[in-house]
Amino acid sequence: MAIIVTQEKATDGILREVQATSGVDLSVCYQCKKCTSGCPVAAMVKAPPSEIIRRLQLNAGDEILDSELLWTCLSCETCSARCPMGIDLAAVMDALRRLALDRKASKQQGNVPLFNRVFLETVRLFGRTYDMLMIAAYKVGTLKLLNDTEKFPAMLKKRKIALFPTLEADRKTVRRIFKKAKQNRGT
Amino acid sequence: MKYAYFPGCSAESTARDMHESTLVVSERLGIDLQEPRGWTCCGATAGHQTDPLLAASLPAATLVKVKDMGLDLVANCAACYNRLKMANHLVLTSPDMRRKVADAIGRDYDGSVKIRHFMEVLLDDVGLDTIQNTLQRTLKGLKVACYYGCLLVRPHEAMQFDDPENPTSLDRLVRTLGAETLDWPHKVECCGGGLSMTRTDVVIRLTESILSMAKLAGADCIAVSCPMCQINLDMRQLDIQKQLGKRYDMPIVYVTQLIGLCLGISADKLGFNKLMVPASTVIEAVGDAA
Ligand code: SF4
Ligand code: SF4
Repeated sequence: MAIIVTQEKATDGILREVQATSGVDLSVCYQCKKCTSGCPVAAMVKAPPSEIIRRLQLNAGDEILDSELLWTCLSCETCSARCPMGIDLAAVMDALRRLALDRKASKQQGNVPLFNRVFLETVRLFGRTYDMLMIAAYKVGTLKLLNDTEKFPAMLKKRKIALFPTLEADRKTVRRIFKKAKQNRGT
Repeated sequence: MKYAYFPGCSAESTARDMHESTLVVSERLGIDLQEPRGWTCCGATAGHQTDPLLAASLPAATLVKVKDMGLDLVANCAACYNRLKMANHLVLTSPDMRRKVADAIGRDYDGSVKIRHFMEVLLDDVGLDTIQNTLQRTLKGLKVACYYGCLLVRPHEAMQFDDPENPTSLDRLVRTLGAETLDWPHKVECCGGGLSMTRTDVVIRLTESILSMAKLAGADCIAVSCPMCQINLDMRQLDIQKQLGKRYDMPIVYVTQLIGLCLGISADKLGFNKLMVPASTVIEAVGDAA
């Protein structure tokens, strides 16, 4: 991997922000690549976890937020579990995703942010997830209305999809949490 | 044995089979499970990928209710177990987070509720001997690949569940039922459950690799204890067949379903009819206990 750092980029790197958001010190990474060896999606992305860390050390700027790994990462924590320096890479990935969402990084891969939004919105409304609404909203959002639909009849028949949302959850507290989290983010 | 029980949202939809089999098995083994009133979603992967305060506060809202019950909390879904334990970890290690969580849920939560996985209850509180003595049937001759996935064992610092690279809890339970458990390398590989809807392309590759390894090891079925792994490994076999032309017919069963069969409970009551890939090989393997 050849990494070219331009003078211009070196001045506005986001390393400090990533370290502050994740609480992880990236300076101790010595590029052993154990994280990448264990990462189940490393082979499917251009820049695997160890390269993301290296780029951050070399003062990468906002362009790192466009990395494919952000929205291909499974949050499986294999990288964090195996890093000999105890670097919590999964926490770094969470921090990068949050920064990408804050900056509304344009090239977000796939539909993970949309799915997460729809998921959390159903939780906000009902206090628990409600598949029917979640799947419908997600499908309308992605316009991939036909994906997986052949499985619906079987799943409905097996009662693997609930027809109605629950009304038993403590929705009041959940709404309060969402409100406070929003205030805390300052948005 | 009395516990608070967190079914998780999927217990009401994709994982009714896990939920129902857990309840009947518990009843037989004298485990009393009580749902905390008004329990709410743990936030799952979407929560922690989006906002740290959501990730800590959503589980804490239920944990503070359990604290009032004065019981340990049992979870069966690996994702819920993970998020509940992470919430404890977060408030215990960061006073600032504890303060923010208190503000968000409207009450202080100190991280003191003990969270147990259902398998831990079976192994540590009920005990393998008691389970063995209660069995009416056996799964002798059945070859089982035990699959743990990621959320149960990682991050070890917060989960403290078994050995993070080579866990054996599930294997020990399954062997107690008379079945043979296999040595195979994909016990803790990720199946991509969290991205099942969004990155089906990635998930098909991951599940195919797990299924092919289990098949190579000679498995008749894969035993799981996580609803995300179950639905992902079970349902994606159809896509693998369509897109890659490979047919596995590998039943993906919950450990609670296997235990239930050996306790003499009918397959229907254990939700076997809800599996996408039929588990007839498993049901047919049930024999009389010696
Ligand atoms: S495992 Fe740790 S030290 Fe090794 S390359 Fe990855 S982050 Fe760096
Ligand atoms: S958490 Fe993400 S980056 Fe780390 S090993 Fe898993 S998929 Fe790879």
